Amino acid sequence: MNMTPFRRHRGIAAPLVRINIDTDAIIPSREMKRVSKEGLGEGLFANWRYSDVATREENPDFVLNRGPFREASILLGGVNFGCGSSREHAVWALAVLGIRAVVAPSFGSIFYGNCVRNGILPVRLDEGAIAAMASRLEATPGGELTIDLPGQVLIADDGSEYAFDIDATDKEMLLEGLDQIALTLRHDDAIHAFMARDREARPWIYSLPSPRTPGS
Amino acid sequence: MAQTLAEKIWADHAVTELDGGATLLYIDRVFLHERTGSIALKGLEAAGRSVREPGQVFCTMDHIVDTFPGRGDETRMPGGRAFITTTREAARAAGIHLFDIGDPDQGIVHVVSPEQGIALPGTTLVCPDSHTGTVGALGALAWGIGSTEAEHAMATKTLAVNRPRQMRVSFEGTLPFGVTAKDMILALIGRHTAAGGVGYVVEFAGAAVRALEMEARFTLCNMAVEFGAFSGLVAPDEKTFAYVEGRPFAPKGALWAEALEHWQGLHSDEGARFDREIHIDAASIVPQVTWGTSPQHEIPVDGDIPDPSAEADGNRRKAMERALEYMGLSPGRPLAGTPIDAAFIGSCTNSRLSDLRAAAAVLRGRRVAEGVRAICVPGSSRVKAAAEAEGLDRVFTEAGFEWRESGCSMCFFAGGESFGRGERVITSTNRNFENRQGPGTRSHLASPATVAASALAGRIADVRDYAREGT
Ligand code: SF4
Repeated sequence: MNMTPFRRHRGIAAPLVRINIDTDAIIPSREMKRVSKEGLGEGLFANWRYSDVATREENPDFVLNRGPFREASILLGGVNFGCGSSREHAVWALAVLGIRAVVAPSFGSIFYGNCVRNGILPVRLDEGAIAAMASRLEATPGGELTIDLPGQVLIADDGSEYAFDIDATDKEMLLEGLDQIALTLRHDDAIHAFMARDREARPWIYSLPSPRTPGS
Repeated sequence: MAQTLAEKIWADHAVTELDGGATLLYIDRVFLHERTGSIALKGLEAAGRSVREPGQVFCTMDHIVDTFPGRGDETRMPGGRAFITTTREAARAAGIHLFDIGDPDQGIVHVVSPEQGIALPGTTLVCPDSHTGTVGALGALAWGIGSTEAEHAMATKTLAVNRPRQMRVSFEGTLPFGVTAKDMILALIGRHTAAGGVGYVVEFAGAAVRALEMEARFTLCNMAVEFGAFSGLVAPDEKTFAYVEGRPFAPKGALWAEALEHWQGLHSDEGARFDREIHIDAASIVPQVTWGTSPQHEIPVDGDIPDPSAEADGNRRKAMERALEYMGLSPGRPLAGTPIDAAFIGSCTNSRLSDLRAAAAVLRGRRVAEGVRAICVPGSSRVKAAAEAEGLDRVFTEAGFEWRESGCSMCFFAGGESFGRGERVITSTNRNFENRQGPGTRSHLASPATVAASALAGRIADVRDYAREGT
């Protein structure tokens, strides 16, 4: 898997500060048309972005359809951003539209993991700080934020700085753009050793009827 | 040191600790479905990697497949056929077990997984589906992942996971008449919000949980993700072991005895430390119905629709206002009595035999109100067969319900079948999000018995007025 590493990013931020934005809203099921990661950009926030989903007529009130916010690469969200369905398509669709980071007070946990695995930085920040940035950005659209991952700091449009936390494993993956399978296979000896021990300790886990596969 | 149940399972599966604090956890079982599993299998293939233990990977057809009688690979979802055929081909190439269309064991992944004995106490199980925690009810550690992580789990038999914090939610006392596991979990989410469990693995405990039958425990754990939790689980007990014994993929003979001995130790030790404890008096719970577009928007069925102007938190107030507008409801009015257009019984939350029995007990000998479309979709083909064997299908159809083949069906909208714009649906599913069951469709979550009672009334109804004591 190729993932764009994330180190430092400066870009326009769009405020979409609603609580419990779920992955059905980020990419409706109906927009996941193929067994593929391609072609998902159009479906991003489809029910909000279009006033008529069928004709793709834009809803002029939706933030990503307004002036400079069209070029946004950072989203400001509300509590529990990305809750709901596990669909990784939500993250793929954000990535296609050029979103590099999502800033919210908290995230749905599967969504958070999916972001990290696809080069999108999820930043957990205090609700008050987000509200302050959001109201400034609403007042003067086009404001830019800078996010520095090595330093774990977000620099707001008015220059204020906010430190944020991120787990070291997630940070490394984002910084290096690493393929996690390859990373894990560095521990292959440990995995094999575990399995050998485990077969002794829990033999029932390994004793299964043979699979019934199509055509077999 | 005293450990929680989740910590014990964690320790049993820790391959190694990674720099940075995550643990490389051994994954016992991976389950896939045709919606998100197909892409994981294809991704693995494209990367030139293979499934390390194909015998421990399973796949079912549930999300996209039609639930109309006589179904095949054709489905009403645009492009749906390709998901089905691609999944079948990928499953064949990978050599994994597939519960295909027409298989008597086919069904919704989280119904099939325990029904077949694939999820077992003390196991780790993952699936690219957010309701995977359902099977935590067996005392397993099971959670939903993305497709990329599913590739990782299949290729390496492991996942790198950050250790969740530990929460225990104790439901003490006895549930009142007409109140179910669905009402328990809705009440928890209503009181502590849809983000209340973020970062936690939640153990459900207490007398009211121990009193629940296995199928009700699945309902409870199913919606832990709606509470924001990493997963939910219940310590296994005699009911759990009796449920698992004899299932097709469960251990047999000497292995059963050995497994059972191991499973007896699966409970939180006396003095185990939880980062957070919540206590709820089961007797305080009444049948619950949601009024809005988040599972936290729930109230007792006999309550009034809340008024956003009373909400101090600005973001919450805005969310409530949006929800009321979407739902076409006014604050301050009773929710019960609101007319409905449709009633749906199904989904991985509430589609097991006991759910169908509970609904049938309300419906028996009665008719759905004029103009209400009512649908029942059993959670698996086995559930369907068992229900038919005891005549439940006739109770449903004679009451005016459609009786379907098993699958996810109208739990979610993927472009195929749906409820209409502005239509109000009372539903036994788990998500009342905007557009979840169809563009503009308004969903009210409730227990199967409440759904049945409301279908009869043609309005949101209090099941306690319809249920018969002793049934
Ligand atoms: S029944 Fe609904 S919630 Fe459950 S797995 Fe299917 S689509 Fe998801």
